Amino acid sequence: MSERIVIIGAGQAGAQAVQSLRAEGFTGPITMIGDEAYPPYQRPPLSKAYLLGAFERARLFLKADAYYQETGCDLLLNTSAAAIHRAERTVELTDGRKLPYDKLLLATGARVRRLTCPGADLPGVHYLKTIADVDGLQQVFQPGKRLAVVGGGYIGLEVAAVAAKRGLDVTVFEAMDRLMARAVSPQLSAFYAAEHQKAGVKLKLKTGVEGFEGGGKVERVRAGGEVYPADIVLVGIGVIANDDLARAAGLPCGDGIIVDRNAMTADPAIFAAGDCTRHTGREGVELRLECVQNAIDQAKHAALAMVGKPKIYSEVPWFWSDQYDLKLQIAGLARPTDTLVLRGDPANRKFAVFHLRDGKLAAVESVNAAPEYLMGKKMIAEGIAVAAERLADLSVPMKQMGEEQRA
Amino acid sequence: MPKVVYIEHNGKEHVIDVPEGWSLMEGAVKHLVPGIDADCGGACACATCQVFVDPQWLPALPPKDDMEETMLDFAPEQKPNSRLSCQIRMTSALDGIVLRLPKSQH
Repeated sequence: MSERIVIIGAGQAGAQAVQSLRAEGFTGPITMIGDEAYPPYQRPPLSKAYLLGAFERARLFLKADAYYQETGCDLLLNTSAAAIHRAERTVELTDGRKLPYDKLLLATGARVRRLTCPGADLPGVHYLKTIADVDGLQQVFQPGKRLAVVGGGYIGLEVAAVAAKRGLDVTVFEAMDRLMARAVSPQLSAFYAAEHQKAGVKLKLKTGVEGFEGGGKVERVRAGGEVYPADIVLVGIGVIANDDLARAAGLPCGDGIIVDRNAMTADPAIFAAGDCTRHTGREGVELRLECVQNAIDQAKHAALAMVGKPKIYSEVPWFWSDQYDLKLQIAGLARPTDTLVLRGDPANRKFAVFHLRDGKLAAVESVNAAPEYLMGKKMIAEGIAVAAERLADLSVPMKQMGEEQRA
Repeated sequence: MPKVVYIEHNGKEHVIDVPEGWSLMEGAVKHLVPGIDADCGGACACATCQVFVDPQWLPALPPKDDMEETMLDFAPEQKPNSRLSCQIRMTSALDGIVLRLPKSQH
């Protein structure tokens, strides 16, 4: 009898796993369960074009509706798992049903970190993770409204950019001393701060939010000892890995489900992929990645391992963010000790910051600079040594940068 | 609904209805036409949705912008009729357009 595969989580990683399992020739039954009402969809547009109203909902879905049926994947929506019974190899659903599996993939993603300060549960305090979240936000997203964004990370700043464009009065509160501090170098933070201010967004750095006030709905934000009026609050302060099911089943977890480089957990019948995992990356450092790239690539590797064709996961992580007409593309993982090299002039709104480590390219951050990003990603993957002066020299095209160095 | 003809590297043909306003990439990806990865979902961020446009259809297409041009420069097997399918919107004028897919996007 053919093996049965169950996938918990119907997001980017789950959908990729279904596609890859079939592409790798797995013909057995697949059941994918998701706790939202929708089949797998892209989350990146939610805080960008979809929020702006420039991207219809139907386009968010990763596959056509008929796809799951055609490929023999039983998709159970509005369905949650309650427990994994490893000894009997079943997933117990919250409605009591049990799904037997031979191989299980955990693609449970992450959930938003919530504020616990006074007033955090007032109506008008929004988070952004799902279609339903954005639909709720859109209803109140009107020109002239005062929007307080809590958290100057990707989500907060993408929403701020959309809001500014829509004519809302936007203030961003960030506890750290710079924007996107977890994700980008100080140079990029400074550039983006200036761009947001140019668009009329007010930035309150080093300003932690202490609470919200209002009668029946949020009306004021208390932050840094001051009070700011607000009609809408959007909180984007990071996510928490959904590793609870795995943890309860006795699988090793630590801010994410721990998997090896084949996406396998400590139980050889159970795999995990995407935001919910923690793995040892290509540089030998344990990490948890929250990005589309990791969801796609780790799910591909999980599928390979599940069909008995394991391949070590060593792709270079990449990320992107759209704010205004600026396309930020990042490849590799920077460290504070890297040597930074600027290529191009931020004043032209087209430049890149390269991160060199031991003479090799370790990461690249590019703004409206696709060649720098694409060639940089390639050079990182191939471990190509390059001199800082050469990287900074605009007379050397990026395309030659990698090729000549390799020769 | 206007149709797109996607032809895989091995010659296999897929005729897909693509709603107006959607990108030519989306028509392929949602119906699982093999050969277009589009890892970034159409953000012009990954250069993994290259197609070769049947030459007779080239004049019907809007020109490439700088971003697409530079991204394409890094796509494998690039040809004069290469386009990034995420950057082309479906219109009734493109009904029947023929796109050939590369062997690999990586």
